[in-house]
Amino acid sequence: MSVTAPVAPPNTPNYNDPQIVAEQIKTKYPDAVESSSAQGIVVQSDQLREVARYLHDELAFDYLNNVTSVDWQDRFEVVYNLTSLERGGAPITLKVNAARENPSVPSLVPVFRGADFQEREVYDLMGIRFEGHPNLRRILLWDGFEGYPLRKDYKEPYYEEEKKPFGSRWDKGHHVIAEDRNPWHDNVQYPSNFDAVAYKPPRDQIQVIDAAQAAAMRLRTDKIVLNFGPQHPSTHGVLRLRVTLEGETVRGVEPIVGYLHRNHDKIGERNTFVGNMPYTDRLDYFTSMANNLAYALTVEKLLGIKPPERAEYIRVIMAELTRWQNHAVALGFIYNDLGAFYTPLIYAMEERELILDLFEATAGSRMMCNYMRFGGVARDVTDDFIAKCKYLVNERLPRRTDELEAYMVGNEIFHSRAKNIGVLPRDLAINYSTAGPVLRASGVKYDIRRAEPYSIYDRFDFEIPTGTTGDLYDRFIVRVAEMRESLKILKQALDQFPAGEIMTGKKNYQVRVPKGEAYGRGENPKGELGFYVVSDGTANPYRYHVRGPSFINLTALNDMCVGYKIADMIVILGSLDIVMGEVDR
Amino acid sequence: MAFGLGLLNGLKYTATRVFKTYVGDFKHLGRRYDDKLFKERQSVKGSGIFTVQYPEEKLPVPENFRVVPFLVYEPALDENGKPLIDPATGKEMIGKQKCTACGICSKVCPPQCIWIVRALTPEGKPKPQPAEFYIDIDICMNCGSCAEFCPFDSIKMDHVYELANYERHVSHIYDIGVLSKPASYHAKIHPTDWAAEEAERAAKEAKKK
Repeated sequence: MSVTAPVAPPNTPNYNDPQIVAEQIKTKYPDAVESSSAQGIVVQSDQLREVARYLHDELAFDYLNNVTSVDWQDRFEVVYNLTSLERGGAPITLKVNAARENPSVPSLVPVFRGADFQEREVYDLMGIRFEGHPNLRRILLWDGFEGYPLRKDYKEPYYEEEKKPFGSRWDKGHHVIAEDRNPWHDNVQYPSNFDAVAYKPPRDQIQVIDAAQAAAMRLRTDKIVLNFGPQHPSTHGVLRLRVTLEGETVRGVEPIVGYLHRNHDKIGERNTFVGNMPYTDRLDYFTSMANNLAYALTVEKLLGIKPPERAEYIRVIMAELTRWQNHAVALGFIYNDLGAFYTPLIYAMEERELILDLFEATAGSRMMCNYMRFGGVARDVTDDFIAKCKYLVNERLPRRTDELEAYMVGNEIFHSRAKNIGVLPRDLAINYSTAGPVLRASGVKYDIRRAEPYSIYDRFDFEIPTGTTGDLYDRFIVRVAEMRESLKILKQALDQFPAGEIMTGKKNYQVRVPKGEAYGRGENPKGELGFYVVSDGTANPYRYHVRGPSFINLTALNDMCVGYKIADMIVILGSLDIVMGEVDR
Repeated sequence: MAFGLGLLNGLKYTATRVFKTYVGDFKHLGRRYDDKLFKERQSVKGSGIFTVQYPEEKLPVPENFRVVPFLVYEPALDENGKPLIDPATGKEMIGKQKCTACGICSKVCPPQCIWIVRALTPEGKPKPQPAEFYIDIDICMNCGSCAEFCPFDSIKMDHVYELANYERHVSHIYDIGVLSKPASYHAKIHPTDWAAEEAERAAKEAKKK
């Protein structure tokens, strides 16, 4: 069953225009809107939750894409991006100002549960309190961390200068070993009066079962709190799950992340716009080409340029090859978590290697591609690439997809393990801001390539596969179907592949980006990868934020796992297809 | 469908795979590591066993492959126009560094791992030549931006990927001596790029005349 968008009444106002939305809000809450422009609607902080609820309930802005914040030195600004899944189109931006001293804004978790982890991230890195948040603790950094690193006055260890390029590198660049450059000669800063030896982590973090839950327990057993990970191979990286168990049944899961945290946002702000490109490879290292594309699209929005035809086609080909190989490996990993150790995964790896060979021959690297540029791509593809790609797309990959479906989807053991397990209902999937195959498996026909077509996706004929129940089985077959759709796009793109330039304008090593802000996004294999970039007109971004689909999909994990067995929890986690490089950033 | 048929159908594919790997083995009979068969196995049309028995077998690196940059220099020539060989190292002797110490690579480098000291004339004026040039390969992320944005084609990405070492403080800081490689090496590993650069240079010189 797929959900089709209802036909809008003929005189419905265009809610993709923030000005019109602002007028609508004013009719209901006359004092709520501070100002509005094409860049977004600034809302009074005390009425934020009412406005959000109004937008959610009455204007059908049911999906919270992104929550982030900007430090304007005299004040903080919290930025929300909202979309209507039915209407599609670009997200509108909602902004709230917070004072520089003790900043606080109302939490949106009661309206959008997807704000949970994102608000915690903003609190963690920017130090803005969200009043009414059920669990406002640090998420990426540890509890004993001092300071809020995304504030402009924060200086990290190894701090050299505000912006790259650093003056010490040229023209008197006598090399200094990195350790000697650290002004604190140590990587860790503690709060004042902090005793690292005596430190005990706060005990109230452990989830306690409430009375109602305890009464519902059928087994006469003690509640066990199990720390699952962070090095367990089934956690797909350094993820820790604090699981509350009743016997073998899961009663609560709390993902604890941040082991791979490097503050990608802060690195991005120190970097130049061009220099950020290779760093985006390292977000979700399975899909570096698609990450590059989303970042390039965002900055191109600010620059106001478009790549030439050939480059657009190359971009689409690369992004779709990425999707195929990512899904193939993700399916293999789900089987791995089910207990079919490595056979399907290694089968999937074979085609993945061939696709990575193509990436390597073009971009120079298998995984860290660093291939897209603002206004084009770094290198042209060769005829050999096209020939190999055509063979893969027309012969090998369709054959492999069929095979993979035959030995994975047809298996009855898989059916009994996957059907009606880890159900994420449609409304919950939307409310949790899940994205990509997870959202579509719950029956939401939403794909950014269709809802807000970027690059040249509007030229291709492809379907958006959806599931019905939102269980593990659906998440599996939606991925298989998406692999077929990717091949469909690839076939069309290779048939239409034009000759010509691959770059608009001259290559510039320090691109100055006009003043402004943009939220750009792309449909990554894992979901919506968004970049929120604020430029102050220089070669370095003033604010650079990444909306990681893996991170936000993880918000829904607790609701998907409760009531199922611990062995199911591992597969449910696998079906989210997370990559820690993107979760922890 | 009766329970278990889907499972058996799946096992058909795994059985085929197992069989195909033995077909490969029979082809290999007597020649454990065979270049021709290896190439066939690794091509897009290959089937059967796919594993690369590293280090006995190594995948060929494509021309665009990139790890750690190197500096291109023009070798010193003898009277016949042949490059002079340094008897101590066996390398071609440095005639002229192509690098002009303009600093673009160190400015564009995302992790800032390139350090350049510009040479000075005896009068103390800056000279378009590097006096010192360091790359901290522990920090280098092999992104290739330096090679991409160098206006003089003097810094290029290498193909040597076996960089493991016992010690990291001295041997992982590449100085100008380690980094410098002759133009002939660049031409050997990047034939297409080299041809394009030569053509461009020839066109420029023709324009000058």
